[in-house]
Parts: sequence; C-alpha cells; structure tokens
Amino acid sequence: MKAFTQLTGLVAPLDRANVDTDAIIPKQFLKSIRRAGFGPFLFDEWRYLDRGEPEMDCTHRPLNPDFVLNQPQYQGAAILLTRENFGCGSSREHAPWALEDYGFRAIIAPSYADIFYNNCFKNGVLPITLTSAQVDALFSELRPGYRLSIDLEQQTIVTPVGETLRFNIDENRRHRLLNGLDDIALTLRYADKIRAYEQQRAARAPWLFRDA
Amino acid sequence: MAGKTLYDKLWDDHVVHLEDDGSCLIYIDRQLLHEVTSPQAFDGLRLNGRQPWRVARNLAVADHNVPTDNRAQGISDPISRLQVDTLDQNCREFGITEFDMHDIRQGIVHVIGPEQGATLPGMTVVCGDSHTSTHGASAALAFGIGTSEVEHALATQCLVQKKAKNLLIKVNGRTRPGVTAKDIILAIIGRIGAAGGVGHSIEFAGEAIQALSMEGRMTVCNMAIEAGARAGLIAVDQTTIDYYRGRPYSPKGADWDAAERYWRTLHSDADAIFDQVVELSAQDIKPQVTWGTTPDMVVAVDGVVPDPEHASDGVKREGMRRALQYMGLQAGQKIGDIRLDRVFIGSCTNSRIEDLRAAAAVTKGRRKAATVKQVLIVPGSGLVKRQAEAEGLHQIFLDAGFEWREPGCSMCLAMNADRLEAGEHCASTSNRNFEGRQGYGGRTHLVSPALAAAAAIAGHFIDPAELPAEEQA
Repeated sequence: MKAFTQLTGLVAPLDRANVDTDAIIPKQFLKSIRRAGFGPFLFDEWRYLDRGEPEMDCTHRPLNPDFVLNQPQYQGAAILLTRENFGCGSSREHAPWALEDYGFRAIIAPSYADIFYNNCFKNGVLPITLTSAQVDALFSELRPGYRLSIDLEQQTIVTPVGETLRFNIDENRRHRLLNGLDDIALTLRYADKIRAYEQQRAARAPWLFRDA
Repeated sequence: MAGKTLYDKLWDDHVVHLEDDGSCLIYIDRQLLHEVTSPQAFDGLRLNGRQPWRVARNLAVADHNVPTDNRAQGISDPISRLQVDTLDQNCREFGITEFDMHDIRQGIVHVIGPEQGATLPGMTVVCGDSHTSTHGASAALAFGIGTSEVEHALATQCLVQKKAKNLLIKVNGRTRPGVTAKDIILAIIGRIGAAGGVGHSIEFAGEAIQALSMEGRMTVCNMAIEAGARAGLIAVDQTTIDYYRGRPYSPKGADWDAAERYWRTLHSDADAIFDQVVELSAQDIKPQVTWGTTPDMVVAVDGVVPDPEHASDGVKREGMRRALQYMGLQAGQKIGDIRLDRVFIGSCTNSRIEDLRAAAAVTKGRRKAATVKQVLIVPGSGLVKRQAEAEGLHQIFLDAGFEWREPGCSMCLAMNADRLEAGEHCASTSNRNFEGRQGYGGRTHLVSPALAAAAAIAGHFIDPAELPAEEQA
C-alpha cells in the first residue's frame, strides 16, 4: 500500500454535497479488470461534454469549461475540498483509484460515506474530516494558487497565512497509512487467533463449519 | 448493565482480535463475489502467492454485466465479456463455487444469497457491493466493501473494522393499503436524509416492519445504504425462521435445531441503548416517488416538486436547483404530471417474486401507454423467473406490451445494454437516482413495483388505486 506522510499541494474546490461514486467514476469504466488508468475518467460526466466510453483516448475530448477541475488555476491540484457525504453510493474502489490516478492525495470534507472513507486508506489517499464551519472557512478563503500543507504524523493542516488546523483520525488507520503497510500481511500475523476463533465458533455454531 | 442491541450481539460474536484504538478484526462467515469488484482482488492474491483462507465460504455469480436477452448468444460487448470470463476463470483457479450465466440459480447477488440460504441469520456477510445491506433483513451483519477488502476477506476470512453506532428506526402502527416496503424505506430516507445513517448501523423495527414479509424486509435493508448506513438489520422472528427452512444451503437436521435456537436470540434486548432513535408513523406514509438526484429527494405520489427557495441552507438549496435542472422539472410541478419514457422493474431492491406479483396485479388486463417506449421486467434470479412463469405472471406482462427478460442487474446501473437515453424519464424500482446512473443524461424516479406498473400503464405517475377502469384493455 502507498504511504502518506506529508503533502503540500494546490487545492481544488468541489462545492457540492452528496457527491456520489457514480459521479466520481461512472459505471461503464468499472468493466476494466485492472486497477490503474481511471484518472482520465474521473468525474467523466461533469468533466467532458461528450459521453465517455472505456478505453477511449481522452486527450481530444471536448471539456466542460464550467467544471472546476477544467479551470486553469486548478491544474495540478492534489487536494480536493468538498462538502458533506462525499463518496456516497456504490462501494466501488474505482473511485479512490480514479482520484489517486488523477493526482489527488488528500480530500477535505465535513463527512464521507463509510465505505468510500475506508477505501481511501487502502490507496494512499487521506480523507480529512473537518467541521462544517472549518470547511466553510476554507471555501471562502480559497483563491487562485491556494495551497495547504498537510502533515499526517502531526495531524495538522497549515493554511497559507500560517493558521494550523488539527484533524482527528483513528490511530490504527494513521499508523498503516504513514507506513504504507500491507493490511493482509498485518492480519495474517494473527493467523493463530483466527484459527482459535474458528475452533470455538465451530463448537457454538457447527452449521457454519460444514465446508465439505 | 444495559442490554445489547442486535448489532452489538452480532458484532461481539465475530470479534477475533481487538486493537488498542478500538478497531477489531472481525470474522466473516460469508463472502459473495461478482465480476465487477473481484478481478483486482484475485490479481492481488496471485501477486502475493496467497490462497483463500476458507474457500467454501465464498460464493460467486455474474450479475452486473450480463445481458438480459439472447443469453444463448453470449455477451456481445467484448469488455463486459472479458470481465465475466475473468470471474469464471478466477473461480475455477481458486476452487470457488460459481453460478454461471447459464445456471438456473444465477441472478443478482443479493437475491440469490437469501434464496439459496447462503446468507443466514447471525452471519457476517460481505460483498464488493454496497447493497450487501440487503442481507441484514435476516439479522445478518451484512455490509458492502471495496476491492482491497474483498482480497483481504478472501485471504484471511477477516476484516479490520471499527464498530459503528446504533440507530433505531421504528415505524409504528400499520401502513395503509397500497403502501409497500419500498414506500416505507423511501419515506425513512426522506426523513433522515441521504447522510442520516453515516457511521451507524440501522435497526428497523416497529409494527409496520414486523408485518413485512422477508422479501419486503430485504427491500428495506437494501436501501439502508441510501441513508448512508453500511448495514441495516431486522430482528429474527417466526417470519425469518419460516423463510430459511428447507433452502439449499440452510442447515439441516440437528444443525437446523441448534441454528434456530441461536437465531431466536437475535433481537435487541428490551433495555438496549441506541445512540439515536427515530420514529415514524406508518399511517402517514403514502406511496413515494423521488423527484431529484439523491434518494432523499422524495415526495408522495400526490405531492408536488418542492421549491429550492424553501431549503434550510445554501448548500442544500444549490443541490436542489442542480437536481431540478438535471431532471428537467419545475418547483411546484405535480408529481402526477411527470411523463415517463421508460419503466424498469427489477434490481436487488425489487426483483423478487412478490415484487413481480405486485406489478402483475396492477398490470393484469391493462396495456402499456403508447407514449412509454419500453417497460423492462427483469427478475432477480433464474429461480424467480421460473416461479413467475409457473404463475403466469410473464404472460400478464407480455400481454401488456412489457418485455420479459433474463435475470441480472440490468438498468439499475446500466452496465449492460439496458439503459436510458439522455433526457428520458424512467419510473424505476431500483435504489439510486444519481445523475447518469441508468444511462448518460437519464432521469430516474425511484418507486415501488406497483407504482412503476401503474406509471407504465398511465404514462405518468399515478396511485395504482386511482388507475381508471377505462384504461383496461
């Protein structure tokens, strides 16, 4: 898994609540059996004026000039600032794959859908939760070239005027993301505990252990 | 000490290991796999030289990409075909049971799980699909996961999870005639909002929930995720026990007796404490129709499209304006005046036999409105299809000018050839009205099967009870 430690990056604002994973990466692109290459199709229906199809070359597609990520001042953005319930809907991990492939390494919002939130950590993307008031303030402060510095170790965001915002994150998630640890390898360290659990559960619920 | 909620009981029964920060290693009793979210997980296993921890606890089926017509000819889209072929190959390679596209048991993953008894009360159930919450109807702790977690569950039979909060939603009293499970859950989502259940596991209770059949309960739990909750739960009662008796994967003999004893403990204790409680009166719930682009943008069929100017805050107002523009609707417009281009009856929300019976009861002796281009009836599984045909339901649909299809996810998310064209309005029994969900530029209105059938006949939204007799064929 990709690690995340510190990031100073350009912020792009997506001023909408309930941005769903169908919007982040539409379903036709989910037919891919690969894990990479979703970045060009991120927010496909908002970003382009034509209909996107899997495997198409996006370099000559007509861009929607009104969509925020197409505006010149947000090119190269690495931090997405958005509203509540970001990533709602489908469980598709293609959503963080597409965000990461596009270049986003951190998201800032008042809340996230649970499955999406979880999926981010598996892909080196840091979803930061701030209060609605803090998110409002960032939206109103945002100017062309607005950059934030994020430090996961310290759990801080530093704004261009030097203000420091603290954010909370589960210790377990923070540790895994800081070190880019392989979740499966970590769990397999408890293989004996898993087997012991299976033994005692099989005694209580034998119908779940007729694996023949 | 306070009693436990149903969720607490299920959680406690599956903890393998507790970390210092409160996150847990949770044992997974059943994983369901489908073609869209599993290929990269199998690749991960191969890359790291890992094998499934307990291969028999996995069950696979192709549903999202499969065609719903001319199935004997295979899948014409080469990219979809590769994805389904990849699932077949992965299941062969790792020894996982799969119901392939030509198996009578094939169907939508959340329909076949309960139908086969492969998902049972008291289990933890995961699938790389957010509508896994469906299986909570039988008091299984069931939730959707991403592909990395699919791989994790395959390799370890466990997941790292943090316990959610407990939200109780009580629907008191009995619903009025013509009000279905779909209307109950849409009304709940309208009340608490699309993010109302984030961070929570929802238990649905109250007289109106207890009165539902298992299939109705599945419809309710299916859409817990549309209120933001990963898991929805309903306590075990006699309805639950009766449903699972005799299913292919259900326990048999002495195992059944032991299982039944355990299952009957799967309810919240009387003195259990919930973090949050929401109560609704069933009497107040009317048939529901969504007008916008999130499932909480919902009103009664006799209502009007709401006005963004009355929204409580700016973000909400802007969201409503954007939704009205996308949907091509005006504030104040009557729901009954919305004209439909297509109707879709199917999906993991509403494609079971009772859903088809409800649609057929409205349709019988009537015909599709000439202005409606297409009415798709897509049963949830091969076995649902066979049962419907044995009852003659398919003939009612065909006589009405509807299309009778093969099982799959179909136009719920339009990954196969079944989709809306830009600007078309669709009455759909599915679960998501997001922009583009049913096809690029398509406009989805979520409704119950009875309302969808009535809309197909009238050409606009109408309470089925008000369908005029003269529209009979």
